[in-house]
Formats: sequence, C-alpha cells, structure tokens
Amino acid sequence: MTLELSHLHRRYAGFAALDDVSLCIEPGEFLALLGPSGSGKTTLLRILAGLDYPDSGSVRQNDRDLLAVDARERKVGLVFQHYALFRHLTVSENVAFGLRIRPRKSRPGRAEINERVERLLKRVQLDDLGKRYTSQLSGGQRQRVALARALAVEPDLLLLDEPFGALDAQVRVALRRWLRNLHEELGLTSVFVTHDQEEALELADRVAVMNRGRIEQIGTPEAIYQQPATPFVCEFIGKNNRIPLQRANGVLTGGQRQLGADPWPGNAVGSAIGYVRPEHLLVSSTPSTDGWAAQLRHIYLAGGVAHLELDVPALGQVLEADMSSDEVAQRGLQPGQSLVVQPRLITAFPLDARGAADAAARHVLQPQAAS
Amino acid sequence: MGHKRRRVLPGFGISLGYALTYLGLIVLLPLAALVWKASALDFSGWLQLLSAPRTLAALKLSFGGALIAALFNAVAGLLVTWVLVRYRFPGRRLFDALVDLPFALPTAVAGIALTAIYAPNGWLGQYLLPLGIKIAYAPAGVLVAMIFVGFPYVVRTLQPVLETLDRDVEEAAESLGATRLQTFVRVIVPALLPTLLTGFALALARAVGEYGSVIFIAGNIPLRSEIAPLLIVQKLEQFDYAGAAALGTVMLGFSLVLLVAIALLQRWSGRWAERAA
Amino acid sequence: MSGLHATRPLSWRHRLLRGTLIALVMVFMAVLVLLPLAAVFIEALSKGVAAFMDVLAQPETVSSIKLTLLVAVLAVPLNLVFGVAAAWAMTRFEFRGKALLGAFIDLPFSVSPVVAGLVYVLLFGAQGWFGPWLSDHGVTIIFAVPGLVLATVFITLPFVARELISLMQAQGSEEEEAARTLGASGWQMFFRVTLPNIRWALLYGVLLCNARAMGEFGAVSVVSGHIRGLTTTMPLEVEMRYNEYDYMGAFAVASLLGLLALLTLVVKALLEWRYGDELAARATRGH
Repeated sequence: MTLELSHLHRRYAGFAALDDVSLCIEPGEFLALLGPSGSGKTTLLRILAGLDYPDSGSVRQNDRDLLAVDARERKVGLVFQHYALFRHLTVSENVAFGLRIRPRKSRPGRAEINERVERLLKRVQLDDLGKRYTSQLSGGQRQRVALARALAVEPDLLLLDEPFGALDAQVRVALRRWLRNLHEELGLTSVFVTHDQEEALELADRVAVMNRGRIEQIGTPEAIYQQPATPFVCEFIGKNNRIPLQRANGVLTGGQRQLGADPWPGNAVGSAIGYVRPEHLLVSSTPSTDGWAAQLRHIYLAGGVAHLELDVPALGQVLEADMSSDEVAQRGLQPGQSLVVQPRLITAFPLDARGAADAAARHVLQPQAAS
Repeated sequence: MGHKRRRVLPGFGISLGYALTYLGLIVLLPLAALVWKASALDFSGWLQLLSAPRTLAALKLSFGGALIAALFNAVAGLLVTWVLVRYRFPGRRLFDALVDLPFALPTAVAGIALTAIYAPNGWLGQYLLPLGIKIAYAPAGVLVAMIFVGFPYVVRTLQPVLETLDRDVEEAAESLGATRLQTFVRVIVPALLPTLLTGFALALARAVGEYGSVIFIAGNIPLRSEIAPLLIVQKLEQFDYAGAAALGTVMLGFSLVLLVAIALLQRWSGRWAERAA
Repeated sequence: MSGLHATRPLSWRHRLLRGTLIALVMVFMAVLVLLPLAAVFIEALSKGVAAFMDVLAQPETVSSIKLTLLVAVLAVPLNLVFGVAAAWAMTRFEFRGKALLGAFIDLPFSVSPVVAGLVYVLLFGAQGWFGPWLSDHGVTIIFAVPGLVLATVFITLPFVARELISLMQAQGSEEEEAARTLGASGWQMFFRVTLPNIRWALLYGVLLCNARAMGEFGAVSVVSGHIRGLTTTMPLEVEMRYNEYDYMGAFAVASLLGLLALLTLVVKALLEWRYGDELAARATRGH
C-alpha cells in the first residue's frame, strides 16, 4: 500500500507547521522524518494517524482518501513519544485493548486474544511482565509495551513519535537495533519521527529531512550524508565547514585561491557558499601553493578519529579536518605546526543579492589537487 | 482554509452544548433576572436606597470587615502555610487536615459555635468581657466569623506554590551572603506575592458575601453590626423586591470585579511559574 | 517531595524561632478551628446523651435529615454530569470563549449565597419572571423542594467541574488519542480510558460538592420559607431551634452536620493520601 501525501499545508496560530509537503511512502519501507523541533515532523505524523488534519492537501492510500477515514478506522498503529499507556490497566490489558473493544462480530475469542497478547509480549521480550502495571516498568519496557499495543491491532502502517526520545543513551542504542530487526521480520510500513540524525541514518531505509514545515531532502541515508541537497541539510547532517566563496570573471575563488570555473550561468559577480566535510579536507605538512596556509591549533583525539582545528588566515576562520589517530601519530603532528589545507570536495550554492542561497543551483566542486 | 477543521476526539458538540445550556439555565438566566429586577428601580430609587444610613452602614461593614478579615488571613495564612510546609512536628498532618474545616463545616454550625465561644457568657467571652473586649453581638464578631470562613483560602492557595518553590534559590541567596530575614523578604515573599494576593482575593470574595456564620454572632444591630446580605433578606421579607435586587446587583458587581482580579492574578502567577521553570 | 534537605545543625536562635512559630500556629488554629468544633459537640451533649438522642428522634429533626439527603441526592448528580461535560469540553478542545466559560463556572463560588437564593426568588417567586405562569399551572418552586434543589445546585456547581478541569488538563489527551487509534468508539474511550483515569478525582469532587450541598445555609434559607417539616433542611433546622432559644437542640442537629464535616475531611485526607497522584490538588503539587 503506497501512501501518497500531496501538498499538505497546516498552520497553527500564525506559524506554518507544514508548508506544501508532498511525500510518497512505499510499501514495507522504514522512513524517518528528521528535523529540529518545530520543523513539522510530529504534525505530519499526527496527520497520518488521523489525530490532526491539514488545512489543504491530500493523503491517499491506493486511491483511497485517507483524510476521510476516522482515526479509529485507519488501521494505523501509533507509538506516542511518552507512550500514552493506559495507567489503570496491566501490561497484558494494555496490549489486549485494541482487540477487546472490537464489536462482537469481529472480536476474536477470549482465548485467542490471550494467545495473541502472549505472542506479542514474547516478541517484545516482556512475556514475564504481563501482570504488572505500567507504572512499575522502566522506560525501555514501557516503550515496548506501547509497541506491542500498537501491533496488536495488526495495523497497515506503524508510526513512532520519537521512539527513543525518553530513554537513556545505552538503552537507546540497544533498542534501536532491536527495532530495526523487528521491522525486517514484520515487513510493516513504518514511519518514525526523530531529531537525532544518528538514529535516523542508522535505522531508516529513507530519511526525510524537515525544516520549517518543508521537506528539505528525501533519500537514502547515504544520499543524505554524501549529497546534501540544501544548505540546511549541509549544516544539519554531520559536520561541515562553511566557507564563503566569490564569483568573478567566470572563476570561483575562496580564501584568495581559485577553486575552479564558475559553474553557474551568467557572468555574474557575486558570492556563494561552500560546504566541506572535515574528512574532505586534505592536510599536508609540506609547504605548497596548492592550498590554504594554516596553523594547527589543537588536536582533539576521539578514539580512532582525530579532529584537527586549523586556523586559516586567508579565510579568516577556523576549519576542522578529520584524519585517523594513527595518521596523526605517524606524521607526528603537533599543535602550532604550519600546514597546508586543500578542500577535495565542496558542495556549493550561489547566493543572491540578499544573501539567500539557491538550493536548486547546487553544484559539487572537486578542486584539482597539485595541478 | 480549504478543509473544514475536524475535531479528533468525539463529543465536542454534546459536551459543550450541555455545559453551556446548564450554565445558562442555572447561573446566567437567574443572574439576568436579578439585573433586570434591579433596573426596575429608577435613579431616585437607587439614590434613596444607597444613601440610606442603614444601607451605607451595612455595605461598609460587609466590605470593610471583609477587607480587614482578608488582610488578617493573608498574614496568618502565610505563617500557617510556612510552618506546615517547612517544619516537621508532631501533629502536623492533623493541623494540615484541620485547615479545611471551615470549608467543610456548614456555616450555620460555625455561626452558632462561634457565638457559643464569644458570647458574653461564652467559653472565651466571659473572660474577654471584663477586659472590655466584646466580640459577639458587635462588629468584632462579624470579623471573627469572616476570618473563620476565609482562612482556608489563603493556606490552600499558597501551599502548593510554597511546596514547589525551589530550595536552591534560597540556598543560592544564602550562599551569596543574605541573612535568613533578607532571604525571606527579598526572595521568598516576591515569589509568593501573586499567589498570596490570589488567596487574599478569594478570602475577600468569600467574606463579603458570607451570611450563615455571621448572622448568629453579629447580633444584627442596625447601623452597627448588620451585614449587607442580611439587609437583602430583610428587604425580601418586606416584599421590597426591587430594593433586594438592587443590593444584590451591587454585591454581584463586586463579585465580578473580584473574579476578574483573581483571573488576572492567576495569569500573573502562572507567568511566574513559567519563568521559574 | 517536600521533604527537608539534608538537615544541617541549627543554631539555638533558629531553633527558638522555629519552636515559637510552630507554637503560635498551633495555638492560633486551636482557637480558630478546633475550639468551635469542640463547642458543637460539647454543647450538643450538655444535657446528657438521653436529651441529645431525644432531639434526634423528634419528627422535625427526622424530616430535616430526610430533606437534606433528598436535596443532596438530586443536586449532586446534576452537578456531577455537568462537571464531566464541562471538563471534557474545556480540556479536550480549543474554542473561542473558553476562558470566559471557565470564569462563569467559577462564578458561583464568589457570589454571596444570599444573592444565589435571591435570583431564584426573582425568577420563580410570585413577583418573578415566571411566577405568574408557574402559579397558573400549579407549580411551586419557591418555598418548596425544587427551589431548595435549584439554590443548592447553583452554590455547588463548580466543585466537580473544577476538580476535573485541573486534573484532565494535567493528564492531557494522549491516552484518549491512543484509544482512538486502537479503534475505540467514543463511549468505549470514555468508559474504558477517561473514566478510570478520573474516578478518584470525580469522587473527590463529589465529596466536596456533597458536603457543601448538605451544609448550605444562606441560599437555601432565602428560598425555603422555613416551613417546618416541609422545607427545612438540617442547617435551617439548626437556625430555627436556635432562634427559638432551643440551644441544646440546635447544637444537637448541628453536631450531625459537624460529624458530616469531619467524615468529609477524613475521606478527603484518605483520598489525598492514597490516590494523591490522581487528584488535581496533588497532580499540580510536588510533581
């Protein structure tokens, strides 16, 4: 069942939670909605669940208008951020809720309900805790009860709102892998909301990066990381050095160094913005005119990777470059040392007269080393 | 907006419709009748009513007495709340529960009990009279009854706020060299002020309209210890409906003013809480 | 929790201040609150248990007890249903004029009981808006039971609604939304999720509402007409005996109301202690 969301708009008093959002959700995929708070991702999730409605736009499921279907008939399983477990019911009763309230005709028998609840509790590894009340459970356990409760009604679509948001770091990582495995076993179309990029990139088949009610980019985790489509994605996903560039006479320069031909049409004089990931900065100790002269200010060792803080006078800013800790040791790099830095891959956007970046005109530059 | 906004949870129409209808029939329609009846009185009628010495004396006693009682309760209530929240002592829970007694005890019962205590031959009255202190059957009796009924409001309004008032702030003040008194005056009182005023306003509203507990102890001497609500009852008994309605409207107007003041105070203290969070 | 922080040694001055304040509060509350309560019971038994029991057995007393129960049984459920409906509308939906509705719900708390009685006399009394029409159709409201019930409903209207509004506001609507996504119908959601979550708060509100309904004096006094055996509730019976100089009798009836007040306080304290988390008073307190 393909879900087609088109041109969704949703405004709350003076603020656009969704601003023309269109999106296709493929059957069986695991999609992450990633963005900072207020980016509209939870609104989008609630619209899918039938707990909110867009001002305009449509949600269709195989030519069926999903917006005309009430929340209770959508066959959508929703796991709330704070779980929203029924506090007066035990774990088993929580999971059985969706089955017990069915009209007699479609309600499974008592024995079958019990059997299904047990199977689900086993699946979420809570088979010993069925008789407990939810207040007696840990955060990770509650999360799994909420998941079992949502799965009990055999939904067509599983929605998770910040599924790991309220958990501590260790539980979070373990539960993340477990959820990924569960998704693969069930093959259920799932959408989850998160503000944690690591979570989204590790878990999802596809990631939709959202900002201010719009989808900035949608694609596989690799594509989002390797080919960020907009300045926002460049800055939001992973680390990036932001470098001001100048366009003049058909040449693109940065820090008084020519980086290549001006890729944009028109012989405009203007400026642009370039993003270089720390691992795409080539650092050499031999003096050369092929890069920016830099001074090594500090080395932050973070396990296998070392982050180098480089002061580049030509740019008037500090750049960060990554290399392996082994290489740092081999080359005997020391703070205070003079180095040369060369960008190997720049994602660039032209700026208009008001300083706004044009995401559509994105261009990837690969300045030639050692001409 | 293209789509009609749909309510996600059911029952909006029925619950709001029922609540509005009920409120309209029970509260708003009768209050409208009051104002309508009062408007039957022309200007000279109002003037005559409001300039009558007995009316003036009764209004002065009801409003003035309630003001004094509420002020007393604000101070005493702050003290009681402080002790109940900050100190641990035997019987604390009992005293805490007893704060609600004036809420729970029917006013007529409170009225005759207070009279039994403060009457000239009463439990305490017999010792106070030789000292020249007359409480029952005098304006002081009205005050005692008003203090009694208004007492819980200040404590119960302050208590949750004082309980959640962050100890760290006090400790920070002390670590900066403030004495305990300075900490109390400069840190605690400002933080509690909006809530204290809310409690004061609630106690005031209750005391102004109080009837049951006051009429037994007041002695109801015209021009001296007669409260405004009693005057309304007397006008009704004399079939002076317009006069009763007019006095009732004056009291209702005061209630509304206080209600608005309390709502504003709560918004103010809410902002405080938000800022603190 | 409001527990004391790690106790540091107290200076003698601090300890003296503390002791003085505690003693002051104990004396103040003993005089203001405990003494009147004690007076009720001691005066009631001043002529012995037999005389006390005698008063309780008198037909006027019995009929006033029955009438008080009747009024409460009619008034409390009305305000219970209203409270649930108002709280549902106020806490689960956004609409224009919500703050105003909230203010109107609170209004009866700040209106003088005498005014509350007066408005019904002006509405349904012989001189009132509907008076002539009612008397043509043989319906009496004022100086009869319906008037007593109406005045009581007015006075006790906010209790349940207020308690539920602050609790349901604090609880939020996520559990109900979860029930909806799991396929629950409106009533299933209400009876299986909402009601179990608010049951103790509901009982708490009903408890306070009932105490006030049984003890209301001012409003009821205005609409009652004080007809012995017909329109005198217990508080009115207290007043009439007192005005007839039957002090002991007045205190005997008053002591029953005093017991009701004590019972209310005990149940209230029990509810706060046992189900504190599920009451509005505590949901906002210390959490």
